[in-house]
Amino acid sequence: MKDNSYQGVMDRRNEIMKKAVGLDYQAFERPGIGFDYEKMMKETGYTLEEIQKIQAATGVGNTPLLELKNLTALVRKVAPQGKGARIMIKDEASNPSGSYKARRAAAAVYHAKKLGYEGVIAATSGNYGAAVASQAAMLGLKCIIVQETYDSRTVGQPEIIEKARKCEALGAEVVQLSVGPELFYEFLLLLEETGYFNASLYTPYGIAGVETLGYELVMQVREKYGKDPEVVVCTNAGGGNLTGTARGILKAGALDTRIVGASVDLSGLHMASDTAFNKKSFTTGHTGFGLPFTTWPDRTDVPRSAARPLRYMDRYLSVTQGEVFYITEALAQLEGLERGPAGNTSLVAAFSLAREMDQEAIVVVQETEYTGAGKHIQPQLSFARSNGIEVKTGDPKDQVPGVNIILPEHPSLIQAVDLDLDHIRTSLVKNAVKQYQVTEMTRADIAYLALETRSSEEAVEGILDDLQVAYQKGGKQ
Amino acid sequence: MEAVKGQWVKIYRVILTKEERAPQVPEDTRQVPLEMWVKGFLMDDKAAIGEKVTVETLTGRIESGRLEEIEPSYKHSFGDFVPELHQVGFTLRKILFGGGAK
Repeated sequence: MKDNSYQGVMDRRNEIMKKAVGLDYQAFERPGIGFDYEKMMKETGYTLEEIQKIQAATGVGNTPLLELKNLTALVRKVAPQGKGARIMIKDEASNPSGSYKARRAAAAVYHAKKLGYEGVIAATSGNYGAAVASQAAMLGLKCIIVQETYDSRTVGQPEIIEKARKCEALGAEVVQLSVGPELFYEFLLLLEETGYFNASLYTPYGIAGVETLGYELVMQVREKYGKDPEVVVCTNAGGGNLTGTARGILKAGALDTRIVGASVDLSGLHMASDTAFNKKSFTTGHTGFGLPFTTWPDRTDVPRSAARPLRYMDRYLSVTQGEVFYITEALAQLEGLERGPAGNTSLVAAFSLAREMDQEAIVVVQETEYTGAGKHIQPQLSFARSNGIEVKTGDPKDQVPGVNIILPEHPSLIQAVDLDLDHIRTSLVKNAVKQYQVTEMTRADIAYLALETRSSEEAVEGILDDLQVAYQKGGKQ
Repeated sequence: MEAVKGQWVKIYRVILTKEERAPQVPEDTRQVPLEMWVKGFLMDDKAAIGEKVTVETLTGRIESGRLEEIEPSYKHSFGDFVPELHQVGFTLRKILFGGGAK
């Protein structure tokens, strides 16, 4: 008889995972804290060309790049003379499942089918579930989506309920759970019971699936405007969106394009809290995921995450819930594009950045998502209000997540806030020391952390000095 | 109301009791069990809401739990009117295109 207690199942997680992703992560491990990320991406991923073929076979990708002329004109009304970059958006809502996640799912489900799995399982409350369900339907695989849905009063966000509907509409079995990190426990039990493939968001296949997005958008900008975009903004949660897009941009040779991450500020709200669960109006793309995953990527459902955003990020901005709702409405009213709010987190950041940039510059928002009943901003705001959140018009600076949502009184009040990347780098190093219980860092560890934090070995040494952690001296000779 | 064999239903089960929850769970979450809902075809001959039943899910898994809903449907909507949101488009068009809207 198997031990199905929480601890019992967690104790055999590695064994379950190995079977469920058909990948031996041990092969990429190095002594100490590091692993060979690029080797993992190269040996287990697919080439860009292969992914393009896989995605084209199910109608994924090649989405339009739209210039948001009216929003650009609006930025210029509130920008200093000569400022106000052109804002473009990659309309990923036109993918079969209604979001860019179709790209990740296409690669993962294709791989599952190739390896001969009968079905796929994904743990997600969001667009990824719909994407996996859609791909599984196309490739004839069974599909289970495990979703955190309700608080202890059986009240669920309208957005999550809609996403469950969408998964079921596409033929998936949806297992719904109440709030808690033990979703992972149930997920492991289901993998063990069914023997299905773990269509994790964080395998090399999933990330390779997003590379086409970055590659495409650079090609589209080049073709239409004869240059590379100055900035690409990616909504950041688990890090895969930013990582895959940035890798694709690099593969397109756009080495000077700056990669900016954006997350909705949900500071102060605990992600595993039953009472805070329905006090947030965003289920993803927020700092509650963005910060922990950026400062320690290896907290996912696979041993080593292929999503490592700090390796690619030039800047990381936070925006408020009210600003995202506001820009979502602006996108509908001024551009004629009714799209879901989650994808518009980066649009707020882009609007804010465009104001600082010259008019010839191009800033690209790399995704949109579908909208509809539940997922639309009106049900979300009305739900927030019914959960005691004050919804008002004013200055978004006065917002307190979980207490109020402030729609800007005027577009000039939209202002993304820079998160301190040096602080984030320090957190990553601190997490490495803690996770591996390091007493003395080796040179190899330091070299790895320099890559992880996109800094230098000297910078990592500086952080270690501050943290009073011993390390081998020497550095590069 | 009673469900009959083969009917599409939603069931409910406690996965982990309060005492069995993970150690890292915050205090408020620890006060409640981890619950699960899943849909499937009823395998019992007939059952009333609240009775313990067994279902076969879409992927052919057998799950058991308390019968919660017969032929479950979605109730989510476009929500109640939000006046603050309604103003946004109005104001923006005025800023961008001038005049017109009051």
